[in-house]
Amino acid sequence: MNDPEGFAAGARAGIAVVLGYLGIGFAAGVVERAAGLSYAEVLLISTVLYAGSAQFVVTSMLSLASPLSAIVLTVFFVNLRHLLLSAALAPHLRALRPWQNALLGLQLTDETFVVASARFSARPPAGAAWMAGLNMSAWTAWAAANLAGAALSGFAADTRVLGFALPCMFAGLIVLQLAAHPRFGVALAVTLAAAAVAVALHLAAPGPWAIIGATLFGATLGLGLRRWMSVPRSSR
Amino acid sequence: MDVRPEILALILACALVTALPRVLPLVALSRFELPSWLREWLGYVPLAVLAALLAIEVLLPGGEPGFSLANPALPALAAAFAIAVWSRSLIGTVIAGVAAYWLLA
Repeated sequence: MNDPEGFAAGARAGIAVVLGYLGIGFAAGVVERAAGLSYAEVLLISTVLYAGSAQFVVTSMLSLASPLSAIVLTVFFVNLRHLLLSAALAPHLRALRPWQNALLGLQLTDETFVVASARFSARPPAGAAWMAGLNMSAWTAWAAANLAGAALSGFAADTRVLGFALPCMFAGLIVLQLAAHPRFGVALAVTLAAAAVAVALHLAAPGPWAIIGATLFGATLGLGLRRWMSVPRSSR
Repeated sequence: MDVRPEILALILACALVTALPRVLPLVALSRFELPSWLREWLGYVPLAVLAALLAIEVLLPGGEPGFSLANPALPALAAAFAIAVWSRSLIGTVIAGVAAYWLLA
């Protein structure tokens, strides 16, 4: 029951993500219903696609009557950043079987990734059950919030306030990551640089490449700074 | 309550192209030991991705520059950061930030 590696412990670790997803998922459900999706379609998109930013992309492109192939291609690029997240989790989940890794990867999101990597860097290892608990609590909350938003979309005047749970969750996750990082100065530099590069790239060419480019730049800067700082002063 | 066939096909296709980058690295890279520099590089990925997502979301709402105090997201986010540093609580940060945004907007 109180197994720190168990399913229940993983689900508890996901409480903050659940809370954030209730707000954002509600907003997503409102928009999906307004774009003409049925309840069954809202349930399907939130459980099977299960990707907040991609669902907003699908709904807005559907309302613009975009060709389906263009929607799929955009979703692919928006979600390509998961390559990096999935690769970053891989060293921590090496003890698992391939099918376990595949199932856990299917439910990977930005938020569960950060909670999991904070947990893994604090005291490895956590097992498949812990990760499944985290994933399932977030996934269930997301689907429930989407449906609630769809059901109440007629009454919701403004989804912006609830949607603001997302940037707040990002801010909280950044602070927790920085506080736990063994190299605070380097980590802070990575954060600020990635933010600046993302804004610059997005202004130059809006789209998912700004996120991917900023992430590649930030991580490379972090590695470079750390290597440079650990060179003995005499040989600089 | 129906699922239209073209919507079903759209959702399944989107789910497939989303699942591949989520699953493939986890399955393939967890088979062998990564070099230490790559593990360290990957250790900076969470912060970089969060900072990029947050900066675009808040500084460029709708793709347009929003660097002004008329953008209620900026003071609300500053409040969220302050609460996060002070409390180290994710839940508290989300509640405080949304409340601040609601008051300001």
